[in-house]
Amino acid sequence: MATILAVDDSPSMRKMVSFTLKEAGHRVLTAENGEQGLELAKAEKADLVLTDINMPTMDGISLVKALRALPGYEHVPILVLTTESGANKKLEGKAAGATGWLVKPFNPEKLLEVVAKVLD
Amino acid sequence: MLDELLQPDQHGRRRNQFLTFFLGQEEYGIDILRVQEIKGWNGATAIPNTPDYILGVINLRGIIVPIIDLRLRFGLPEARYDAMTVVIVVKTRGEDDQERTVGLVVDAVSEVYDLSEKTMNPPPELGCSVETDFIEAIANLEDKMIIVMNVDKLVSREVREQAKKAVQAAGAS
Amino acid sequence: MDLREVLESFFEESLEGLDLMEQELLAMQPGAVPRDVIDAVFRAAHSIKGGGGAFGLQHISDFIHHAETLLDEVRAGRRTMSAELIELLLASVDCTRAMVRAARGGEAFDADQVEAVRRRLQAALEDGATAGHDAATPAPAQAVAGWRIRFVPEPTLIGRGNDPLRLFRELAELGPLTARAELDRLPDFEALDPTELHLSWTLELAAPVEAEEIKEVFAWVLDECRLELEPLPADDGGGRSAGRTETQGAHCPLPPAGGGGGGGTESIRVSLDKIDALINLVGELVITQSMLNAFGGDLSERSLERLRDGLAQLMRNTHQLQETVLKIRMLPIRFCFNRFPRLVHDLSVKLGKQVRLVVSGEDTELDKTVLEHISDPLVHLVRNAMDHGLEMPEERRRAGKPEQGTLALNAYHEGGHIVIEVSDDGRGLDTDKIRRKAVERGLIAPEEVLPPQQINNLVFHPGLSTAETVTDLSGRGVGMDVVKRNINELGGDVWLESEPGRGTTVFIRLPLTLAILDGQLLRVGGEIYIMPLNAIIETLCIDPKAVNTLPGGRRLYRVRDQNIPIVALGEVFGVAPRARRLEDGLLIVVDAERQRYGIWVDELLDQQQVVIKSLKSNFRNVEGISGATILGSGRVALILDIPGIIGLWQARARTPRLGAA
Repeated sequence: MATILAVDDSPSMRKMVSFTLKEAGHRVLTAENGEQGLELAKAEKADLVLTDINMPTMDGISLVKALRALPGYEHVPILVLTTESGANKKLEGKAAGATGWLVKPFNPEKLLEVVAKVLD
Repeated sequence: MLDELLQPDQHGRRRNQFLTFFLGQEEYGIDILRVQEIKGWNGATAIPNTPDYILGVINLRGIIVPIIDLRLRFGLPEARYDAMTVVIVVKTRGEDDQERTVGLVVDAVSEVYDLSEKTMNPPPELGCSVETDFIEAIANLEDKMIIVMNVDKLVSREVREQAKKAVQAAGAS
Repeated sequence: MDLREVLESFFEESLEGLDLMEQELLAMQPGAVPRDVIDAVFRAAHSIKGGGGAFGLQHISDFIHHAETLLDEVRAGRRTMSAELIELLLASVDCTRAMVRAARGGEAFDADQVEAVRRRLQAALEDGATAGHDAATPAPAQAVAGWRIRFVPEPTLIGRGNDPLRLFRELAELGPLTARAELDRLPDFEALDPTELHLSWTLELAAPVEAEEIKEVFAWVLDECRLELEPLPADDGGGRSAGRTETQGAHCPLPPAGGGGGGGTESIRVSLDKIDALINLVGELVITQSMLNAFGGDLSERSLERLRDGLAQLMRNTHQLQETVLKIRMLPIRFCFNRFPRLVHDLSVKLGKQVRLVVSGEDTELDKTVLEHISDPLVHLVRNAMDHGLEMPEERRRAGKPEQGTLALNAYHEGGHIVIEVSDDGRGLDTDKIRRKAVERGLIAPEEVLPPQQINNLVFHPGLSTAETVTDLSGRGVGMDVVKRNINELGGDVWLESEPGRGTTVFIRLPLTLAILDGQLLRVGGEIYIMPLNAIIETLCIDPKAVNTLPGGRRLYRVRDQNIPIVALGEVFGVAPRARRLEDGLLIVVDAERQRYGIWVDELLDQQQVVIKSLKSNFRNVEGISGATILGSGRVALILDIPGIIGLWQARARTPRLGAA
């Protein structure tokens, strides 16, 4: 199964994402901001990165840019977790190098569906 | 989608249709959602060092599927193989959570029944016999009794026990 | 952790977030709000909204969504924070808090009040409403039978982790899909950048879906491609494009996604040059096909020669195509070797031993499945070598060896196999001790004389290995027998060579692929089996004069200067052979764990390449059988596992003696 890095500043979102993905048999690494996420990504190669956009210290957009510049992460799928109100965030995320997005709020089924899609 | 269907419903709502078949004089039932297809007997490739009731494997549209003769499994005499012999192909999920497709040879397929919870009784305590632990329930109809079989347990046990025996056989060295 | 706990953490976090929003809003002055303050308030609302949706508390999520949008507009400078807005946001904090508490305690909340605040929020939003939705695509006028989709991605598309195949698979979920790749943008091979995508596609989706549904599939890449949708008329669903000619292209139906068949799907990362090679081959195939097609109408004698050439070319193409497709599953063993420098370093520190790791042959390729399964046995062997094989520095010094020990990992191809060697220059195996243990456990008779290497290889025997090799390092009771079993399960074998004081080398030999096999069909009684061709050294007709029978019934056959045991396959498998006498059958000489055996069968049939199917997926592993395949007749034939058969035969031969003891 895949190793998934989930970056979100909300502990409960992190728990939900990690709970759901672990149930599905994945290995989940979590970080609460971009900086931590980047450190984890350097320490261990993830097969997929999920990142929130709005986070303190280092936001999701900067994380995506930093990850794409990181050797080994050139082609790793990165999904930004964004809100409907943030239509422009989707494109900002794409421009930074994200693979796609997952619109918040999402439920566990939707999460698994999208994860399965990019890991396929 | 099939996975979803195979998930046992918590409320037991979907699980009340049963396909029944005969083994000797007894009528057995299995959850119809487990039944993938019913086909005629057309021979199988024998697998070495397996009990006689493992008839072998067949090619089911490119997938290798083992065939268990339930008649031999339950020690019934006169298991004949001819054009009338029926194979019920079922999907099971074992204790190891592996999904397996297995063919079961029976005497004859009977009917499809709606069995409500009310008619289903837990199997009587038959001591510690392992031969009965795959009996899920006994359904009492007006004029007859149907033994409801848990195919997961049945198949899972065959696979597990055989694996154990194989290890024993090898371990004898 | 269960879902209940996750939910509880959401409640706590939401209430904290609401407290924070409240504090900041109370301290807030109308007008310009400091960036970090508005960011923090927005984030709190954002988190509650996201969590609410995730935990099925949609009403909370929907409600706070309005407040979040207002905050976002303030953040973006599109709206100023007025005193009324602060008050309204505070009211929404109160409502949200009530809803969260209600959800936590399973109680009701004041729906009227929430509704009133929701209306005010909505009114505030409409007040400063920004641009509306994107122009909607015109709905198809009539029911369409399907769509022709032209998809021209930018070369950079795959650089961001988007894979056209994934998109197509998703499309195939909507209905039957055919894909046609166009190669006209493909640059010359020298100019090719493998990280760029130079293909474009014309897809035909035979499903009456809305255009929006298709666009939804491509949503992530709309900014990186040209996408043209053309409805296909209802009467001509197949949609033959009359005007167009494909000079080069691959036309292949995609299987519907998630379709039936054996269990879970696995993916593989394929280097683009392998895909490009495939595409080139398919291109050639298409040319050959069109060449052959041209003869269809003209079957004169003159064209017969060219037809034959065309068919030969087709065969060549097909063969190459098959080989290249199989190469897709091949990965360099580097992926597995990579983890060892760290492991060796850590272990040497822990053990106080000085160890130099030498890795070679890391570019040797092998099947992905084999690669995945070989890692654990290798780790075990490396740990064993470090733990038992290599000595402490002072012991090495005393033995006149350099203090630093050497551990080498090497891989190379040999015949149809990959051989992996794990060697150390340590103390070597204690043959006498192994022999003693083996006699103790009844594995060999006290009077039996065996060459030292054969005794050394008994460490792979289940009766011997576990007890001897378990230490905290060698892991949780996993002995060499498990290593051997794992490798046998992959259709390979393992053996070792050891020299006292000089070191030990473990050899692992594995098939290159688990997908396909060159097989020799053979018959015993009424059964047909397949033996891997590369296991066969030679096949002999039996000369009764060369047969020797040992006490106990084992028979040996003299081949040149060697006596090899005769293993009657029918006996091992409980199948009655047709041949009554030895000389009526054939002896297939095989090699298992560096020993020769003669497998006795009734007769040999064809040789053919077979696709390997698993017995385990619906049944279980069977000793002596590595898998199954489907013959041209549609019947299943079992593939023989030589080391397994030898194991069974040995077990059979030993059982009576054990019983007697």
